[in-house]
Amino acid sequence: MEKKQKFSPEKITSDLLPQQFGRRGMIWTICLVVICAVGLFAYIRQLQKGLVVTNMGDYVSWGIYISNFVFFVAISLVGSLITAIFRLTDVHWRTPLTRISELIAVSAITFAALIIIVDMGRPERLFYLFTHGRIQSPIMWDVIVITTYFCISLFLLYITLLPDIRIMIDAREKLGKRFSKLYRWLGSFWKGTEAQERIRNRAITIICIVIIPVAFCIHTVTSWLFATTYRPGWDSTNFGAYFVSGAFLVGAGGVVVAMYVFRKIYKLEHYITERHFNNMGKILVMLSLLYLYFNVNEYLVPAFKMKKEEHEHLTGLFAGEFAPMFWFAILVGMIIPIFIVIFKKGRKPLPMFVAGVMVVVGAWFKRYLIVTPTMLHPFLPKYDAPEKYSHYFPSWEEWAITFGSLAGMLLIITILVRIFPVVSIYKTLTDHEDELPS
Amino acid sequence: MNPKKSRREFIAAGLLTTAAVACNKKSPFTPEDEVALSGEKVKLLSVNGEVIEVDKAFLKPVPHMPSVSNEEIRQGIPGKKFVMVIDLARCKNLKKCQSACNHAHHLHDEQNWVKVYPMQDAEKTAPYWQPSICMHCDEPPCVKVCPVDATFKRQDNIVLVDSDRCIGCRFCMAACPYSTRVFNWGDPELPADIVAQPYNAETSIPQKKGTVGKCDFCADMTRMGMLPHCVSACPNGVFMFGDMNEDSVTNGAETFRFSDLVKDKSGYRLMEDLGTKPSVYYLPPVNRNFKFEDGLPQEETVEKKS
Repeated sequence: MEKKQKFSPEKITSDLLPQQFGRRGMIWTICLVVICAVGLFAYIRQLQKGLVVTNMGDYVSWGIYISNFVFFVAISLVGSLITAIFRLTDVHWRTPLTRISELIAVSAITFAALIIIVDMGRPERLFYLFTHGRIQSPIMWDVIVITTYFCISLFLLYITLLPDIRIMIDAREKLGKRFSKLYRWLGSFWKGTEAQERIRNRAITIICIVIIPVAFCIHTVTSWLFATTYRPGWDSTNFGAYFVSGAFLVGAGGVVVAMYVFRKIYKLEHYITERHFNNMGKILVMLSLLYLYFNVNEYLVPAFKMKKEEHEHLTGLFAGEFAPMFWFAILVGMIIPIFIVIFKKGRKPLPMFVAGVMVVVGAWFKRYLIVTPTMLHPFLPKYDAPEKYSHYFPSWEEWAITFGSLAGMLLIITILVRIFPVVSIYKTLTDHEDELPS
Repeated sequence: MNPKKSRREFIAAGLLTTAAVACNKKSPFTPEDEVALSGEKVKLLSVNGEVIEVDKAFLKPVPHMPSVSNEEIRQGIPGKKFVMVIDLARCKNLKKCQSACNHAHHLHDEQNWVKVYPMQDAEKTAPYWQPSICMHCDEPPCVKVCPVDATFKRQDNIVLVDSDRCIGCRFCMAACPYSTRVFNWGDPELPADIVAQPYNAETSIPQKKGTVGKCDFCADMTRMGMLPHCVSACPNGVFMFGDMNEDSVTNGAETFRFSDLVKDKSGYRLMEDLGTKPSVYYLPPVNRNFKFEDGLPQEETVEKKS
């Protein structure tokens, strides 16, 4: 085990307390707000005119909104990976990563829920899902598991925050008055007594056990929205596992990117160390290989048979209209990151950051490829419908809403790390104490 | 059952009913309230065959059909199993079916519930015209996936859409393998009097923004015992509509025993392997009335189904 510098508890606390935005932080936040506002403007237009502002048609009836939804659901799975799986398997180095992954999970699942409402033709009838819901429909399953996952993730974030909130209430001179009311409202009951601590530990363990099947469910059920149809490219028994493995990969990539950014901005080099990048790198390689394995299953097995319906779809991906994007997603989203990160030098922070960005960007395009090309290959010919329906490229409103939602997710994370510590102070302190005697 | 007893019962019931109707019956010309006379007289033929004259103010419009409740619409017509047979040997892509359908349902040009596909199953096989509508499957994938029961299967085989319920998620469109569903992406741009009507799932009128639409087997026409618009509009008798329980289908001019027709002409259904069990049968394009090329619009190339 590498040597760790020992800090006094006071230094740890002051290092990790939330900090005010600097100039860069302000510019970043304003940019995000502007992108969100443009997205909101586009959505208002869509509400007024209907989905006709999109470039979707009767063939591509699900477009970029749905692929973006799948992306959000995928990246939100990381909360369960880092916090729950690492906790249950007793991975000690997880401490500085858990909060980051929980923030990503909560913000992503929030926007997954919002973007699916954006895709609805009659969003004002959303409550029909509760008044007239049919439990037989995979959409209802998705509504149930996503709501459950949202609640559990939020609760997990909150309950792991409690001791930190107490620390922040105690440090109110240092933090200023700005959020002190919020902190008191959220956690003034928390005294850190032995009994409270026992309940909290027990609760976290229970949530960590519960969240794993729920996390598997959200992405498996999301994959079933496609796999329960007959369409070539979706009609696959491989889909659940394929989606879940892809979700873990993009989530891990997202955490690596966030680790790098927060480490740079908040000067957390002593907390998020190269060792963390090294370990996350190994995990990233493993997850990339796993996802690649499922991709081989997903594409090469049908390609071996080349059934009539699959033929058009697969040739479109391998060598046709979608080939550039397909190979980009495969190479940039999986293969190149594997080659970067498999070497020890590649597991340093900067190359890891690059690999993480590649994984996330590749994953976004991968989701696009899962949705659109299939919709362009119906069983019957595309005929007797407007010519514009036989192609799909998102309209500016769709792009604006998509970027707005991505910016919105980053904005939630930005605001949350402004209010709460990005690395658990309490956990870092206790880890520190545990290590001192040895 | 004892036939004698049943006859006696029948007569008794008949007498009672007649008495009840007679007691209750008001003359159609008896004003319920005071009616302001318009002074304009209208000549009518009475039940006895006499020509009588009444003031126009006494005339009241009688609804064409008694209105059907939403509950009844969702149930369907008891004792019926509607079925359609499409004879591919007779189609020459006139698209009268399509225009009649679009006209009856106030659809605009971009939304065709009836599509006439140029099909060619393999490179060496002959092309043919294939009119396609909603298959009104017995195992409808669209109904399976609908989260709010907006699309439903009735006891008389018809699958309908409730546009007042539809949330516009479009899962049904992804689920349908026959590409039969169309979406109202924008405002349907209907005349004001149509828009003002309450939505009726049997007429599928008026179509509404942000909801899905599709062929409804003209459930309103079948309720009146009439043929769907595509059937009566086709001059070549391609479409034959009927009731599986009566085992007969008709295109208006000719009537066939459904089971014999499908057996004799080797009828089949589309994508049988998917297990959707369509209610629309096709007769193969053999001994055709027209050449495929007759149906080609000028200088249009055939789109192959590869």
